[in-house]
Amino acid sequence: MLLFLYPLATLVLTSVYGDGGWTLQHYRRLFTVPAYLKVLRNTIQTAGLVTLICLALGYPLAYRLTTSSGVLRGVLVIAVLMPFWTSLLVRAYGWMVILHPNGLLNTVALWTGVVREPLELVHNTTGVLIGMSQIMLPYMVLPIAAVMQSVDPRLLQAASSLGAPPWRRFVSVYAPLTLPGVLAGCLLVFIISLGFFVIPALLGGTRDILLAQLIDFNMSKVLNWGFAAALSTVLLVTTLAIYAVAGRMLRIQTLWGSFR
Amino acid sequence: MSRARGWGELGPAWNAVLWVFTALVVLLLVGPSLTVIAMSFNSADLLQFPPPGYSLRWYAHFFSRTEWLTAAWNSFIVAVLTTLVATVLGTMAALGLVRGRFPGRHLATAVFLTPLVVPVIVTAVAVYGLYAKLRLVGTVWGLVMGHTVLALPFVIINVSAVLQGMDWRIEQAARSLGAGPLRAFTLVTLPLIRPGILAGALFAFVASFDDLVVALFVSGTRAVTLPVRMWSGIQFELNPTVAAVSTMLILVSVLAFGAVELLRRRR
Repeated sequence: MLLFLYPLATLVLTSVYGDGGWTLQHYRRLFTVPAYLKVLRNTIQTAGLVTLICLALGYPLAYRLTTSSGVLRGVLVIAVLMPFWTSLLVRAYGWMVILHPNGLLNTVALWTGVVREPLELVHNTTGVLIGMSQIMLPYMVLPIAAVMQSVDPRLLQAASSLGAPPWRRFVSVYAPLTLPGVLAGCLLVFIISLGFFVIPALLGGTRDILLAQLIDFNMSKVLNWGFAAALSTVLLVTTLAIYAVAGRMLRIQTLWGSFR
Repeated sequence: MSRARGWGELGPAWNAVLWVFTALVVLLLVGPSLTVIAMSFNSADLLQFPPPGYSLRWYAHFFSRTEWLTAAWNSFIVAVLTTLVATVLGTMAALGLVRGRFPGRHLATAVFLTPLVVPVIVTAVAVYGLYAKLRLVGTVWGLVMGHTVLALPFVIINVSAVLQGMDWRIEQAARSLGAGPLRAFTLVTLPLIRPGILAGALFAFVASFDDLVVALFVSGTRAVTLPVRMWSGIQFELNPTVAAVSTMLILVSVLAFGAVELLRRRR
């Protein structure tokens, strides 16, 4: 563990120590230069949007997963777990092949005449949102499905026998009961999205970069370690803070093994 | 469809809508991987739709290039070493965390699992900062140490899960029948927790083999791993060799996780 904690501590130190003394210059720079503020805003916005998209796609999928059985259920479980089995890079590459101006989607769209010009789907925010949502979806589906499985069907029968119409049963009974899973999924997706690097780097544009890319840029291109360390510290503290606040709800171990 | 779970009957129309929606989401989930597999058999020089023909030339290309083979070999060596180190350390840590009764045990567990929640890019930057000083950048052992950090939590989680479900009286019985601590452990405990250790080892292997971000910083120019080679391949040459490599990777990980599932079923 020394291998992990020591470098992290050094990292935080590097961010506040430079030019022979303690300094907050890197943080001041991050929070005053408009370009950097824009990166922070982009990062939060993207993570938020990815969370919403994942929720919209994931909730119905989780529902279908818990209510189906047999072969269909098997297919759905594999579809949800398969992303865990395939490397991130492979899937990012797959999206590039699909979304590229000469890619699968545009070729089909042009051929069928749905569009006249190739759609700009990659190297911009659209590409990042599509790629990240796909990769984050299982993290949304698994906690929700785990909670859905534990909902006692008798509660809904009770609501039904008391005369509640389907939408009422959903709004007053089912939605509140599955809320913990939704919250866990949203938090998980949001936190992981904040620090995402591979997808934005491959599918994103050069103008709207995210925090992780800015860290990489400062590390490997301009060699500004102090600033890279400050950026990493901001990301680290934000992530750990959210985990600390939501920790009781989000037990890491159960998240990784909650759904079988 | 009768429904034991859920919020009641949906009605045929909504049921159909939900199925169509589910099908689309499933397509979204598996589409990219399937596309990559299809493209790897493409005979054209560039990514082209529809493929003009089918061939295995990109597989041949991969196996004829030393830079690809070296990268694959580096990845394999690093992953094997990481698996060994992480499995041994992780198993010991899990034993300590589950069995130990010391103050701060929960805190220690949380600390051991932090690499899971810390963004990989932060881990990578931190590890790189240290390795630059220790001159570990561009070495296999540097990569192994970096990957061990990523892999350790997976081993700990898997082994702890088995340990928690284990009946300690079995080991106590062995001890009371005269077996020494080591003998009781190797003959009784170890075989019982073996499924967890194996699953943890597989996760560790995959965590190392798939890692791009830490390797991007730590591998330098001398110890390039497969994901790092793919990364530059994706960015600078759009030929389908990457698709061929990806297809083989998908195959390997499907086999690996199939094995994990089998282990779980048997448990």
